[in-house]
Amino acid sequence: MGNFGRQPNFGKFGGRHMTCAGALSADWLRSIGIGARQLPTSNITLCDQFVLIGSGLIWNVYFAVIALSAGFFLAMALALGKDAASPWLRKPCAWFIFIFRGSPLFIQFFFGYFLFINIRGAFPGLGVLTSAGVGATIVLFLNTSAYSGEIFHGALRSIPKGDLEAADAFGLSGWGRFRRIIWPTMLRLGWPAYTNEAIFLFHATTLVFFSGFPAVQQSGDALYYARYFADRTFNPFVPYPILAGYFILLTLVIIGIFGLINRRLNRHLPQEVRPRIRYRPQVIR
Amino acid sequence: MKKLIITTAALALLGGAAAAQDVVRMGTEGAYPPWNFINDNGEVDGFERELGDELCERAGLTCEWVVNDWDTIIPNLVSGNFDVIIAGMSVTEARAEVIAFSTEYYPPTPSAYVGLTPDADINGVVAAQVATIQAGFIAESDATLLEFSTPDETVAAVRSGEADVVFADFDYLLPLVEASGGELSFVGDRVPLGGGVALGLRQSDVDLLEAFNTAIASVAEDGTLAELQARWFAEDSVQ
Amino acid sequence: MFGFCTDPASLDSTRWMLCYLTTPKHMNLYYAFGTVLLLLAITAPVSLAFGFGGAILARSRIAPLSWLGKGYIAIVRGVPDIAFFLFFVIALDQAFEWVLHQIRCPDWDQPIRQGSDFIVCAAAKLPQNNAPQYVHDTYAFLVAVLTFSIVFGAFAGNVLFGAMRAVPRAQIETAEAYGMTQGQVFRRIIVPQMWVYALPGLSNLWMVLIKATPLLFLLGIRDIVFWARELGATQTPRFTAFPHGDWRMWYFLFLLVFYLAFTRVSEVVLERIMRRLSHGQATAAGEAQRRAAA
Repeated sequence: MGNFGRQPNFGKFGGRHMTCAGALSADWLRSIGIGARQLPTSNITLCDQFVLIGSGLIWNVYFAVIALSAGFFLAMALALGKDAASPWLRKPCAWFIFIFRGSPLFIQFFFGYFLFINIRGAFPGLGVLTSAGVGATIVLFLNTSAYSGEIFHGALRSIPKGDLEAADAFGLSGWGRFRRIIWPTMLRLGWPAYTNEAIFLFHATTLVFFSGFPAVQQSGDALYYARYFADRTFNPFVPYPILAGYFILLTLVIIGIFGLINRRLNRHLPQEVRPRIRYRPQVIR
Repeated sequence: MKKLIITTAALALLGGAAAAQDVVRMGTEGAYPPWNFINDNGEVDGFERELGDELCERAGLTCEWVVNDWDTIIPNLVSGNFDVIIAGMSVTEARAEVIAFSTEYYPPTPSAYVGLTPDADINGVVAAQVATIQAGFIAESDATLLEFSTPDETVAAVRSGEADVVFADFDYLLPLVEASGGELSFVGDRVPLGGGVALGLRQSDVDLLEAFNTAIASVAEDGTLAELQARWFAEDSVQ
Repeated sequence: MFGFCTDPASLDSTRWMLCYLTTPKHMNLYYAFGTVLLLLAITAPVSLAFGFGGAILARSRIAPLSWLGKGYIAIVRGVPDIAFFLFFVIALDQAFEWVLHQIRCPDWDQPIRQGSDFIVCAAAKLPQNNAPQYVHDTYAFLVAVLTFSIVFGAFAGNVLFGAMRAVPRAQIETAEAYGMTQGQVFRRIIVPQMWVYALPGLSNLWMVLIKATPLLFLLGIRDIVFWARELGATQTPRFTAFPHGDWRMWYFLFLLVFYLAFTRVSEVVLERIMRRLSHGQATAAGEAQRRAAA
């Protein structure tokens, strides 16, 4: 803060970029390696911080979107598997969920990276696993599958008995019964908790470069750049609140998107029943 | 002795301005041998521990040792959570804008590359610790920079083949190369980076800076400093 | 620790390991487990209190208070905990010292911010510079507890806010019909009833809290992750009597087992609490218990 005063007056515009627009056009894709190779090292402006931290969000969104959309399907499989009658199916699913829900993501990243390094040693062709873009996404995918699997498993077990009886009465069975009755109800009941899970997973993406996977050529996520600026300016009170602001905005976007889906899932219910569904889920992560 | 403790306690209660300097808190990282590390007894040890204790004694100060993460060591100093940074910190222009540096107690130290073979490619994939001058140097070169959060991970990356070489402080790498039994070796020439190493203090602590500068001059003069350097560092690390 | 540990290089592997695992440095790791458990034990009730406060504010009929409560819950929940931890501790510490400075040193004529320095009078320093190390450690621990509590309080607030609204409307109307005031309804009906609705969310929060403890080292606490990394890192014979290679994997495996076991124990305990809380409640689980007993 105070040290800005000691810099010459032209310092504000004498850095890498003349203007904010210049910073934006030069660096908004920096986190994926497009644009100026050098990060700003001196005369760092607020613009630099806003643009680069924002650029890093590309990684956070990428991790979250891939892990969540792939994890959704594995979560369904795990939820059904944990509910299966056969212990050969039930036990592995239950253990998978327990291990990933029972240990910190921090440690999962450590072991994931360690495992990928060893795989790379044995099969050099799979070396891409050790990169954050692939390896960390796999760990996040497994992690969110376990959490979502538990959420949907809880939802599956709280499907009203009457719904299932009605399905039987209509002569539905097997796939038809699952697709038309069980699956939509499970989704509807688990959705609020799943929204929370999506938010948590999005936040958890900041851990990838923080401890776990190396950053290549200074291409990292939003937290990576926030730390970079905190280190360069010795002032944590600017970059971290910027980061926080971005995350609050994107969290609102997630809530918005998931809320729209929730409305669609509940569109057949009478108006006054809808809000109550919010408090049904047994699992709010 | 007892009397002294009682006086100190009384002063602490009064909390006058004079009492503030009675105990000087020395902030270090504790993870950077031979500069500073935590020994088997769980205490701060290393070149800077011995030097720091000697400086405090000569300046007539009581010193306490505090371990702080490298990332937040400067914000914590300026915020007043300890009074001195003694953590192998090189003098740089950017740091000097924010904190005051004492007289240097160690000349600029070279950085070096270490790989699995002496002819490893230093322009290939280079591992370095995030937020170090070494990482900054590689970022500006043609090599591909791979940043890890701890120094240990950078060396592990070379062992696993993830990186061709690691680029770090020579004095940090030397004991690792020596202990590796030929697995690791230095690659290429050493690169001089950064300024000398000095204590970091708050810019407003003028008196304390003066006291430490006098003490450093005194240890340099009577050969104590040279003796400590010789004991903790390899002979040829000073260029 | 043991008499034969004076020359570790000469020992056979069992004794070497025994000596290695009992060095004072390792004791720090074992103490750190205590620190983590203590943090959890204090943070859980404190963040529940924060959450309760936040939920009450959010329910308030006075708009600014309601915004305050809702803002706290929404903003803190919207920020990744790491980002919060990275700057909040210093901010909190400075805020305390600033307040103390205003109280204890009203005559101070120098600016608090001088250049980059944050300088308060000696009497406002937290803790006092001359205080013994354990006071500094305790203070750092308490600031960490407070930071954790503020973060998790926002999540707890969200759960409790939902739970308060989940108490069946009919019960509240009945209470009002009996002539209870707003405060009485809240104290006698809503608060006792809400726990059964809040518990699933709170149990989950507890699980998340357990798994957030590896971030303690960001708050300046030397926790189990700090020591596991420190002890597991390659040790060269120059600086230790117990040199070894990169053993981080084994230390992290140990942490993994600790976290899994702790999670399992928590699950069992929380399930019991849920069963007790459901007793006599107007929920499906309560109904099932009533039928089983009848």
